[in-house]
Amino acid sequence: MPGLHVSTTVNGDVTEFVCQPDETLLDVLRNRLGLTGAKEGCGTGDCGACSVTIDGQLVCSCLVLGAEAEGCKVGTIEGLADGDTLHPLQEQFIEHAALQCGICTPGFLVAAKALLDDNSNPSDEEIRFALAGNLCRCTGYDKIVRAVNAAAKDVRKQQARLQKQARLKKAAKKRR
Amino acid sequence: MAHDTSFTNQEFKVVGSRPPRPDGLDKVTGRALFGADTFAPGQLVGRILRSPHAHAKIRKIDTSRAEKLKGVKAVITSRDLPDLTNGNRGNFDILENCMARDRALYDGHAVAAVAAIDEQTARKALKLIKIDYKILPHVTDVDKAMAADAPIVQPHIRHDDKPSNIANVSEFGHGDVDAGFDQADVVIEKSYLTEQAHQGYIEPHACLASVGPDGQGELWVTTQGHFTFRNVCASLLGMDIAKLKVTSSEIGGGFGGKTHVWMEPVALALSRKANRPVKLVMTRDEVFKASGPTCSTSIDVKIGAKKDGTVTAASATLRYQDGAYPGPWGMLGAMTSWACYDFENVKSVAYDVLVNRPKVTAYRAPSAPMAAFAVESTMDLLAKEIGMDPVEFRIKNAAKEGTRASYGPTYGPIGIGPTLEAVKKHPHMKAKLGKNQGRGMACGFWFNFGGQTCTDLNIGVDGTVNLTIGTVDVGGSRASMSLIAAEELGIPYERIKCNVADTASLGHNDTTVGSRGTFSSGMATIFAARDAIDEMKERAAKAWEIEVEDVEWRDGCAHAKGVAHSNLAPMSLKEIAAASPTTGGPIAGHNEVVADGAGVSFASHICDVEVDPETGFTKVLRYTVVQDAGKAIHPDYVEGQFQGGAAQGIGWALNEEYVYGEDGRLQNASFLDYRIPVCSDLPYIDTVILEIPNPNHPYGIRGVGETSIVPPLAAIGNAVSNAVGVRLNHVPMSPPRILKAIKEKQAGL
Amino acid sequence: MLEVSLSGSLRDATDGAASIEIEARTIRELLRKLVERYPRLQSRIDEGVAVSVNGEIYRDNRDVPIPEGAEVFLLPRIQGG
Repeated sequence: MPGLHVSTTVNGDVTEFVCQPDETLLDVLRNRLGLTGAKEGCGTGDCGACSVTIDGQLVCSCLVLGAEAEGCKVGTIEGLADGDTLHPLQEQFIEHAALQCGICTPGFLVAAKALLDDNSNPSDEEIRFALAGNLCRCTGYDKIVRAVNAAAKDVRKQQARLQKQARLKKAAKKRR
Repeated sequence: MAHDTSFTNQEFKVVGSRPPRPDGLDKVTGRALFGADTFAPGQLVGRILRSPHAHAKIRKIDTSRAEKLKGVKAVITSRDLPDLTNGNRGNFDILENCMARDRALYDGHAVAAVAAIDEQTARKALKLIKIDYKILPHVTDVDKAMAADAPIVQPHIRHDDKPSNIANVSEFGHGDVDAGFDQADVVIEKSYLTEQAHQGYIEPHACLASVGPDGQGELWVTTQGHFTFRNVCASLLGMDIAKLKVTSSEIGGGFGGKTHVWMEPVALALSRKANRPVKLVMTRDEVFKASGPTCSTSIDVKIGAKKDGTVTAASATLRYQDGAYPGPWGMLGAMTSWACYDFENVKSVAYDVLVNRPKVTAYRAPSAPMAAFAVESTMDLLAKEIGMDPVEFRIKNAAKEGTRASYGPTYGPIGIGPTLEAVKKHPHMKAKLGKNQGRGMACGFWFNFGGQTCTDLNIGVDGTVNLTIGTVDVGGSRASMSLIAAEELGIPYERIKCNVADTASLGHNDTTVGSRGTFSSGMATIFAARDAIDEMKERAAKAWEIEVEDVEWRDGCAHAKGVAHSNLAPMSLKEIAAASPTTGGPIAGHNEVVADGAGVSFASHICDVEVDPETGFTKVLRYTVVQDAGKAIHPDYVEGQFQGGAAQGIGWALNEEYVYGEDGRLQNASFLDYRIPVCSDLPYIDTVILEIPNPNHPYGIRGVGETSIVPPLAAIGNAVSNAVGVRLNHVPMSPPRILKAIKEKQAGL
Repeated sequence: MLEVSLSGSLRDATDGAASIEIEARTIRELLRKLVERYPRLQSRIDEGVAVSVNGEIYRDNRDVPIPEGAEVFLLPRIQGG
């Protein structure tokens, strides 16, 4: 079958690839683009190990066709850190020992990032339901929920700092 | 050289702390490479064709059309694999399970395989393989498989001089149970069923195999034991062990399921035939159907006690379903069933039974949870009957140092009593309960094992250390090993880098099973570090031009002893390492050991549940694990093991089961229909780590990985019973089963 | 002299004997002498056994000394997950 040519953005980089019409975005990421951070745990959208974002929306990349990424912005675990600065979620997952084998970790981080982008002050229950689409078989989720809570706190601090900076900037502008 | 492995009660500086794990960064950035994450130039995609029948004779396989498909590079059936008939039966079974010969023994049994240039072509090729099956009668239920007229799964297996599905009968115990029951004031007898559960690791089996016509090969694979995989694959395929290099990838969960080969020999055979690398990855459906879940069981338990709570006799008959090939699973159920208790008269008889289901393999403390469900449920019933608190009843009968275990040996210092005392004192036991809520507790036991272990420790010229271990890191053990090396050498944790070696780089290491990783590699790491320290003392003595007897190692430095040398400043590991090129070359420590004497492990769990009487749905509200770790090297990962085991047990107790249809086919081979606990199902899981040192380990380490899956089935059963007054004797206690029990109780049945 | 107890499933190789008196100073010597007396035990030992000496279970180490009068059990080899 002739391949389809797809133009997209992955983690901010303009990316082009050719894929089969029935090829999943997960297979494209892993096999054609070398981004193996997203994992295939089930291939049926039940485990969340392949979680990525498309235009900011959390999806299971095993349920999305590669061709559907045309013109979209795809975000994967490989784009979560800002250069050598880890995202607070990544920091806190390490700090709280929120992973054992680590196979589900990329999916959890991508899903938790989507949660915190939407709500940086989630309750325990909101965290547990937001992550209910991601299976972990090692941890019993205890340390994962604790890590997300701690990261949310970091994110809120970061937001407050940025807001303060913006306020100061605005005030300085006014004075001028 | 034999080392003294006795517990020395040394004071620790870094062991017991919680530094970040060395593989943490790779795992939070997506960089860590698991089984399916590597690629080789020219690699092909492998796929396996599986039997859709529970039991069938394979009359003919026609692969000719598949072979002709463009892009197909190899097709294999059992005819392309060595014929091990009349050889070692164990190897024959392993290979036949990887690729059926004349019969398919279960739904999902592999019958042929292809390697093609891409996934699409490989799938197409599978459809072109034509197989002529003659369907045979099947049996998937353990009790039915024991009936005289049951279809026979393995004709060579005989029991009572007749072909039978009973592969093995095991008996353990001591005393005279009949006499014991005669002395009892109360006797309770009850039967239980548990359904088949799967380990449910999130990473499917995956490997990348490459074998050339020169007989040399490499295998990259997700496994709990790459050395064992190497030995097994080499002997199945007639390769030389030294010429097959096996590298264990990061492993995405195993829990016992990655201790055996399921498709790796097939990948190697495809690669050999195609003379190209072959990547073979199971789908989730294949993982459920064709890897090795744990047994379903049917268990009868009888316990008798006096009114004062003294148990006078206990007996169990255990029927464990092993799948299509015999295993030790019933035997392990019999051995573990009464291990928590000090009973005068005790007996267990176990049957290992064959059915048309996938070959069973280990699942975390294999066989113990089912026996514990039956025993601990009956213990609660008995406590209630004689009007005694269930914790007190267990404390009264708990095994202790000097107790003769029901499976034979006499216990050394053990933790069952202390875990029960800790449960009794825990605030969880006093917390208030609401309507339809109940609290339950239960105990569990697991042996723990050691085994063959080999470790290297190499010191770089800058004073940093490569620690090379051969046990696979399934849950953070590289961090624990680094802590142990740092402790022994007296240098910061950050200066140690721990790696898991491939099979060409280190001596044999047994598979990481039986909670042995930290116990046995920890032991080998201690001795490898001490070996390196001996060498460093020699180097310091050389530099100082004094006798090595006058040098001691303390706080990461060589110190010269005695007044005569008091002018010599201590020489640090870093200084000794820097000088090593001129004092005798590289400095390395090494150890190989058969680590025996893994301390037995006990746990007691408490749980609160709420049962919805309208739907039968059970919510776990609060859960506490109390377990003896011997010594917690990195407490974060000990807690993680406790929590993870409990979560698996909770899933099994409430939801997880293999559902077979009348046709003998598995009906729920997906995570949608085989539902493991998700984040919103569970509460935080509290942990209490007890440290009762194992006398046979320098640090007192016992294994911690398995025991925590043992108590939950019964703890939840007991809690459900206390919540809504119905006693479930069938696991999982899914909403329909609980609802049925509630309805029957309401109807006065 | 030692008294070695055999777990149930191994007894069919010893004509039903549940305990055997034998003179042995190590596990290696014990296993050798058991096979001399009951040749059918060899295949069970090849399949894997464990020997418990005074409560400690040894699966691989055949050099373990057995003290006089020790409690010794011969068990099938057991494995974990």
